[in-house]
Order: sequence, then structure tokens, then C-alpha cells
Amino acid sequence: MKNILSVQSLIKKFDDFTAVKEISFNVETGSIFAFLGPNGAGKSTTIKMLTTVLKPTSGDIVINGFNVLEEQDKARASFGIVFQDPSLDDELTAYENVVYHAVVYKVPKKERAERIQKALEIVGLWDRREDYVKNYSGGMKRRLEIARALVHYPKILFLDEPTVGLDPQTRNSIWNHIKDLNEKRNMTIFLTTHYMEEAEAIADQIAIIDHGKIIESGTVEEIKRKTETESLEEAFLKLTGRNIRDDNGTSRQRIMRGMGRIK
Amino acid sequence: MIEVIYALSLRQLKHYWRSKARLIGTLGQPMLFLIAFGFGFGPMYSKVSGGANYIDFLAPGIVTMGILFTAVFSGLEVIWDRQFGFLKETLVAPISRTEIMVGKTFGGATIAIIQGLIILSLTYILGFRIPSISSLVIGLMFMFLIAIFFTGIGLTIASQMKDMQGFQMILNFLIMPIFFLSGALFPLQNLPPVIYFISRIDPLTYGVDGLRGAITGISTFGVSNDLALIGSLSVIICLIGAVLFSKMEA
Repeated sequence: MKNILSVQSLIKKFDDFTAVKEISFNVETGSIFAFLGPNGAGKSTTIKMLTTVLKPTSGDIVINGFNVLEEQDKARASFGIVFQDPSLDDELTAYENVVYHAVVYKVPKKERAERIQKALEIVGLWDRREDYVKNYSGGMKRRLEIARALVHYPKILFLDEPTVGLDPQTRNSIWNHIKDLNEKRNMTIFLTTHYMEEAEAIADQIAIIDHGKIIESGTVEEIKRKTETESLEEAFLKLTGRNIRDDNGTSRQRIMRGMGRIK
Repeated sequence: MIEVIYALSLRQLKHYWRSKARLIGTLGQPMLFLIAFGFGFGPMYSKVSGGANYIDFLAPGIVTMGILFTAVFSGLEVIWDRQFGFLKETLVAPISRTEIMVGKTFGGATIAIIQGLIILSLTYILGFRIPSISSLVIGLMFMFLIAIFFTGIGLTIASQMKDMQGFQMILNFLIMPIFFLSGALFPLQNLPPVIYFISRIDPLTYGVDGLRGAITGISTFGVSNDLALIGSLSVIICLIGAVLFSKMEA
């Protein structure tokens, strides 16, 4: 299969506000795809639709050959996701969090212990597995979320701003893990980030989204050439402007606005 | 399927067991009611009813109370999960929404029954006695159904709510009246027409009546009628909950 993820004419409307305006793109199997854009551009809304958390207004999404809307559970089993906001159970231990994940993703019982150990070792948390998550630092929580997402052997891993708020050491180690997974397991990586240097260093393909539309896509070199700039950051600023964005609110606020709960 | 339900339930049980404050808090309220009402109204009840013991009337009501509040609070846990992000982890998993609903209902109901049993054993200290094993078995059936029904109610409401504040309101304006007008604390006789009517459409009325009928022999509607009613209501609420869960977005 050439494209692990294929998106066709994807639209998401919240009442009077269109967050995603008919975007289409493909992600090649085994590649690292960076999905970039300013705050409120529609990144997280798109990721939520790709990962079945939000229903699109219209459009088609195919992951690993499964239509996300029609074969939801098969599509779900094909991807792993690390959300932008934390999604761990603080009142359980790290190990219990990962076991819960393994069970709800129907990892065969015989393989569970081994796969969990491996995933926790990859992110260096095996020795701290019996600790409650509430006693973890921000970086450890992030690493645990990545480990958890690996236990069911996803074909594609979605990472929504995986390094936000982390120190350079932790960021560096997380990107190394991600690169390793990509190279050794041929796992496709779909990521968003605000750190342009990070995207420039790691991504094979890039798409830049603004105001709900993809305004540029290609390899780093292609984008730099098209925009006649020296770095991805410059290209990004040239494409999306230098004005500071009114963050349209977090996506949660937008959903609530969409449901008429807040103005 | 079974394993998923087990995993979801186990998580809830761990939360319950590890939060000692919650464990004691949810036991404290019913015990306070049992002691305050039991000793406060006991002599009066005895006089009016011509010598009957109020504890016999009250004990099943207080057991029901413990189950009711614990069960409804399982819904709060879903809102909690939503606010702290964990709900997403469950909702993107390749499992059906029905499995999630069944797992959470089962977990919540298990905790509620444990709570009910603890209270039941505490009433023993105050002199409440169950006549026979068979009445205990029928009583357990009612406790189970009350637990399932109200866990289902809590989850159904929670699936539609975004914050804790709203849940507090539901508790005050729905669950409290359901409890007070169910006949858990006082007999539902010679009431003003409005209160009488509300008590008759209150599902808990039949739960309390059935449980009381089973473990003390005092019943207004007949134990089998109560059983049929609360049983079918449980099935209906679980179906509604499953449908609403399937439409839920994180």
C-alpha cells in the first residue's frame, strides 16, 4: 500500500464557523509527515476527525485501507495517537494505564506482558512502572503516552504537539524515539508541532494549513524553494504572515461554541 | 467483550478502593441518616403504627440510599474523565460504544452493591435482622437492579454533560427528590395528591418497596410487580445510554 492515510475533500463546520475547508492530502507509508499551522488554523480539528474523535461534516478519510467512517474499529486499531492534552489516568500506575490500553485494543493476552515491557523500555520508564502517574513529571507523562500508543503495534502514529512544554533534553529524546520507530518498524508518523526546526529536521513531507485550508505542501526543500526562503520557519512566516493570531480558542471551546453552549 | 468490560470495571473498582475519602464519605451520609432518623423518628413511628419498629422500615431505605448515590456518582466519573482527558483514550479504542456503556454500568453497579452491603451489615448493629437466606437473595436481586438502573441514569446524563457544575444541579433537583419521595424514609400514605403522584412515578419507589418487601415483608405493590418494573426500567435505561454513548464525542 502506497498511502497509509488518504484524505479527500474533508470539511468540518461548527454552526456558523468552518474550521476545516475541503482539504485533501495523502501520507505515504513509512514517511514522517508534519502538519503545520498557526494556532486556530484547524490542525487539531483535523487530527480529531482523522482519529474518529470528531465526525466530519463531509469528506472521506481512509487509514490503512479502512474508511474511518464506515469501518471505524478497524481504522481505530490501525493508528495510535498521542493527544495534545494529557489523556492518562492519574490515579492508576503507569503499568496499569498501559495494561488498560492493551486490553481495550485487544492485544492478545499471551503477548501483552512482553509488548508492554518493550514499549516502556523504549521510553525508559520500565523501572518506574509501579509509580502512580500523578507522581510523574510532564516529560515522563508524555513518554508514557507514546509508549502506550505503541502497545497495539499501530501502522501510523499521530502525535499532536508531542513536545510542547518540555525541556530540550526531553524533546530531543522523544524525537529520537520517534525517528527510531519510523526507521526500525517502518511506522508512519503524522505529527503537528510549533517548533519549525524540529519539523525541518525530522519530516519527509510537510503540509501547512491556515484558516482551514492547506496553503502549501511538499518536502522541506520544495517549500523553501517555492517560497524563496532559507529555513522552514521563514517559509512558514512568509506563508502565514507575521501577525499574531487570535487563537480561535482551544478546540474544546470551539466545540462548545459549535454546540451553542458558549458564545 | 468480557475482558473489555472487566478492564473498565476493574479501573472503577481501583479508583473506589484507593480513594478512602470517597469510601468513607459515601458511607457517612447514609449512616448519619440511619442514626438521626432512626432515633429521632423511631418513637413517633412506633406510636402511630401501633408498636412497629422504625428501624425495620428505615433500614431498607437507607441501604437503597447508599446504592442510589454511589450509582449516580459513577456518572460523575465519566465527566471527570472527560475533563482530565482520559475519556478520549477510551473513545478512540477499537471497541463498541455498547461495550463501554456495559463496562461502565457493570463497574458502577458493582461498587454500588458493595456499598449497599456494607450499609446492610452496619444496620445489623442497630438491631436490624433479615428473616431468612431466601429473603436476602431476593433482596440482593433488588439491590442489583437498583444499582444497574441508577448507574445507567448517571451515565446517560453524564454522556450529555460537559462539566461538574451541571451534574451538581442534576443531583440536587433530580436525585434528591427521587430519594426523598421514594418512601425510603417515610410511608407513602395519606400524602397530598401532588406528592402522592410524584412518588408513584418515581422509579425508586418500586425499588425501595421491593427491597423492603423482600427483606422485611412490608410491601405496598407486591414484590413481583416491583421486580418486573425495576427490571424493565433497567433494560430501557441501558439501551438509551448505549445509544447516547454511541453519539458521544470527546
